[in-house]
Amino acid sequence: MNTLLRVEDIHKRYGSEEVLKGVSFEMLKGETKVVIGPSGTGKSTLLRCINRLTPADRGRVWLEDEEITHTRTNINKIRAQIGFVFQSFNLFAHLTALGNVRIAPMKVRGMKKIVATDLAMNVLERVGLADKADAYPAELSGGQQQRVSIARALAMSPKLILFDEPTSALDPELIGEVLEVMTALASEGMTMLVVTHEMGFARAVADEIIFMEHGVVVEHGSPTQMFTNPKHLRTGEFLNKISELYGETT
Amino acid sequence: MVLKWEWVPQLAEGLPLTLQITFTCIAIGIVLGVLLALARVYGNRPLRWLCSAYIQFFRGTPLLVQLFIVYFGLPNWGIRLSAFWSAVLALGLNTAAYQAEYFRGAIQAVRGGQMLAARSLGMSLPQAIRLIILPQAFRLVLPSWSNEFILMLKYSTIVFTIALLDLMGKGQRLASRNFMRFEVFIVVAFFYLGLVFVVTQILHLIERRVRIPGLGAPGEPV
Repeated sequence: MNTLLRVEDIHKRYGSEEVLKGVSFEMLKGETKVVIGPSGTGKSTLLRCINRLTPADRGRVWLEDEEITHTRTNINKIRAQIGFVFQSFNLFAHLTALGNVRIAPMKVRGMKKIVATDLAMNVLERVGLADKADAYPAELSGGQQQRVSIARALAMSPKLILFDEPTSALDPELIGEVLEVMTALASEGMTMLVVTHEMGFARAVADEIIFMEHGVVVEHGSPTQMFTNPKHLRTGEFLNKISELYGETT
Repeated sequence: MVLKWEWVPQLAEGLPLTLQITFTCIAIGIVLGVLLALARVYGNRPLRWLCSAYIQFFRGTPLLVQLFIVYFGLPNWGIRLSAFWSAVLALGLNTAAYQAEYFRGAIQAVRGGQMLAARSLGMSLPQAIRLIILPQAFRLVLPSWSNEFILMLKYSTIVFTIALLDLMGKGQRLASRNFMRFEVFIVVAFFYLGLVFVVTQILHLIERRVRIPGLGAPGEPV
């Protein structure tokens, strides 16, 4: 199997607080990894360091053979290959769902409008929102907005999609539709790195779970191993607590 | 009070110049104002400082003084501009400073996640500004920016001091001929009132036309 993403010894400090203290892991093509851990342990920062939305202080990241963290790398080219799904959706407020999905293929990839529109409609179809193509973000529910934002990422045919707590801003009854789309993507072979508190999703979909706390990876392993036989006491404690809190949807 | 109909066409002769000056200045102000605002938000420290100094100067000194510096002062340095271009330059540079502040506020009011999302898709900073930030900022700025347009229309009256025969200049000339100053300037005032009314209506129309659900509408989340 070939390594798609390699993260090596990432450090990040905000003022006096070191948020990431040397995080390393690898992802194979087609793999789904779920990052869990208490709030404020640097999970979101880790995702942003991967596509350099936040510059890491130290450490290196590779997408296949290309070093993302190298200063001479054209970061826009890299980002075009890595989808990013935000907790707060961040759909472009002045564009319709269709406009949101096709703008990057047109402006970043240079696709003709008619081709990009076709592509965008296909992708919206995949997330079940073809009928909402002409709606503006403010006219969509949170779940629909997040599905459009997944479609926006998919339209760039990314090698990898990073999900930053994609369901945390959603009403409980809207979480399911987003997780459904993500589950489908995973089964279609998309490579996904997901920060989430949805343990049901982690258990059912993840190939591996990474447990982070205080800026380091405490433990990682298959869902079965992590849930039934964690090596570290903290992992077990956290998993019990979070499962009680969030229940197990999906 | 005697108002004479023959004044109306005489004063109206000044209308084209008033409109020319106002629209040219507003256009200069938009272009320069947006550039200044972008530099203040995204520029490096020296550039930000330079733009702040510019804005500070033009907002902190009287418009009439600025006009006199350009028209009466610059010739001493060998720069001789016609009265029209002196007016356009002084008023244009002045309104740019005010517009820059409106635009800066609007750019900063666009939610931070918009820029992040644009960059995460591989857009360059200029692309993100042009395709995502400015289209939203322009919509947000319209209501407050409309003020500047109306102010410029009225401030343009000061050009009569450098002997330009705009609406105000024509009024001044007419009044000093027939000595019916009160009556003439009342008519001049109504001319401006009419202009402001028309401009306000057009701007409202544009505001409604470009309105997008959930973007900058009061009472709705932005």
